[in-house]
Amino acid sequence: MGIYLPIAEISVNVFVLLAMGAAVGFLSGMFGVGGGFLITPLLIFYNIPPAIAVATGANQVIASSFSGALSHMKRGTLDFKLGGVLLGGGIIGSTAGIYVFALLRRLGQLDLFISLLYVALLGTVGGLMLVESVNALRATRSGAAPVLKKSGQHNWIHRLPFKMRFRASKLFVSVIPVLGLGAAIGFLSSIMGVGGGFIMVPALIYLLKVPTNVVIGTSLFQIIFTSAYTTLVHATTNQTVDVILAFLLMAGGVAGAQYGAKAGQRLRGEQLRALLALLVLAVAIRLAIDLFATPPNPYSLSAAGLS
Amino acid sequence: MAGLRAFAATVSLSLLFALSPATAQSPPAAESIQIGLSTDAISITAGFSGADLTIFGSLENPDPLVSRQGRYDVVVVLEGPPRPVVVRRKDRVLGVWINLESETFENVPVSYSVATTRPLQDIADPTKYKQLSLGPQNLYMKPADETDSPATIEEFTAALRERKAATGLYSENVGGVQFLSQSLFRATVRLAPNIPVGTHKARAFLFKSGMFVKESSAQLEIRKSGFEQSIFRVAHDYSFLYGVFAVSLAMLTGWLGRLVFRKD
Repeated sequence: MGIYLPIAEISVNVFVLLAMGAAVGFLSGMFGVGGGFLITPLLIFYNIPPAIAVATGANQVIASSFSGALSHMKRGTLDFKLGGVLLGGGIIGSTAGIYVFALLRRLGQLDLFISLLYVALLGTVGGLMLVESVNALRATRSGAAPVLKKSGQHNWIHRLPFKMRFRASKLFVSVIPVLGLGAAIGFLSSIMGVGGGFIMVPALIYLLKVPTNVVIGTSLFQIIFTSAYTTLVHATTNQTVDVILAFLLMAGGVAGAQYGAKAGQRLRGEQLRALLALLVLAVAIRLAIDLFATPPNPYSLSAAGLS
Repeated sequence: MAGLRAFAATVSLSLLFALSPATAQSPPAAESIQIGLSTDAISITAGFSGADLTIFGSLENPDPLVSRQGRYDVVVVLEGPPRPVVVRRKDRVLGVWINLESETFENVPVSYSVATTRPLQDIADPTKYKQLSLGPQNLYMKPADETDSPATIEEFTAALRERKAATGLYSENVGGVQFLSQSLFRATVRLAPNIPVGTHKARAFLFKSGMFVKESSAQLEIRKSGFEQSIFRVAHDYSFLYGVFAVSLAMLTGWLGRLVFRKD
C-alpha cells in the first residue's frame, strides 16, 4: 500500500517501512542499541534523500531510547548525574553538527560526508567488535575462563583535573572526558541521525570504567535528549523531519524490539556481539560499495538557494 | 493504524473550451488561438501517480484551405513554476565519487510538458524554437554565472535537460494535440507523479506552414490537498512547533510501546 511522505515528497510502501522498523527494532531489542545506525542507511537505500533520512532517523531514535530508558529507570540502572553531564556536552556537539550539516548541504557534499562517516565509524566499530567477540568465543570453546576487566584500574583519563563524583556509577572522574564524549556523540547524532549508543556504550565501559549495568540505561537517557534536540534543530533549520515516515518506523520498531529482546535472551553475550559486528560490517561494506562504484549517472540536480 | 486510508489517484479536472462566436461580417482577419481552462486550480491527493491533463482550444478565423491541407500546427505547453537549479557532476577522486563541478541555472521551469500535432522538427525549423524558447530541447536555460566557458555551460545544460526528462518532469507528447474540427483542438499533456505545486502556465503556440503565428496562455494552480499537504505547510511555517510535535510523538510512541509490550 502506497503512502505519500509529505516532507520527503515521494510515495513509499507502508509495509516496507513497518517491516523496516520492525526488523531494526528486533535487532535493537536483541543487541541493546538504538538502531539509528541501521535505520538511516536503510532509508537511504530505499531512496529517501539522505538529509531527510538523517533527521527522521534521529526522531525515530527518541522513541526506542525513551521506552528503553523507562525500563532502566524502574530498575534503578540509570545515573542521572552522569547522563546530565554527557547531555551538556551533547548539546554543544549537536549544535556544531547541525551547522556543519547545513554547510555541507549547501556545498553539495552532504551525501558524501554522511556516507564516509558511516563507512569509517561502522567499519571501525564493527571490526573491533568482531575481533573481540571471536576471541571471546575461542576462549570459551577452549575452556578458559573469560578475562574480566577489573573496575578500579586507572588510565590517563583518570588523571585529568575538574573531578566530579557520580554516585550511582561509583565513579570519581574528571568532567572533561565526559563532556567530550557527550559532544562527540551529539555531533554524530546530528550529522548521521544516530543516537550514538554503539559508540557511547563501549566508550563508557572501556574509557570511563562505568559499571556495565549502569551503562545502557545512562546512555539511553542521554540519547533521548541529544536526539530530541537534534530533531528540533533539524526541524527548524532544515525542515527535514518527516513525521509520517518517523511514525511508521517507530510503530514497527517498538513492536519488533520486544521480540528482539526475547530472542536476545537465548543467545550468549559473545555470540550476540559477533552477530552485531557482522551486521555493522555488512552495512559499512554496502555503503562503501556505493562510494567506489561508478554511479549510473554522474549528474544530479538540486534546488539552488536553499540551505 | 490511523492515516492508512485508501488514496485514490484522483485528479479532479473539468476543463472546458471557450469557443468564440463566429464573426462573419468582417473580411478575413488574422488567425489567432485560444485555450480555455474551466478551472484555475487543480488539487492532487496523496496517492497521485501522474495523470493526463486535457486542454481544449480553438483557432479563430482559420483559413479553410490551409486547414484542409493540414498546415496548421499547434504546440501546447504546461510549464511549471521557474526555480533556480544547481547541476552537479560527480568525478572520481582517489577512487571515491565526489560532487566536483557544478553550474547554477536561474529560472528553470520545474516541469515542462509538451503536446504537439506532429514531431517538433516537422513543424518548424530549430531556430524558430530557439527564438521562442519552445520545447524541452530548446528551452533557454540562463546560467547564473555567464562567464563560465560555453562548453561547460552546454554540457551542464544538456545534463539538466536529460535529468529532467529522466525523472519525467520534462516530457513530449507527439500527436498529443488533435484537431476535432477545423477550428477546435484537444491537447493532452502529461502531469508527472512528482509534479511540483505552484502556479503553472499553459501556453498554446499556433504555427501556419512552419511560421509562428500567435500564442495564447492561461494560468493553472496546482496544489496538493489533504492531510499530507497540511503537514508540509506546518513543517515549513511553524517549524519549531512541528519539531516539538515530532519529539512528543516519538516519546508517546515509546511510552505506549512499553505499556503495550511491557515485559518487566
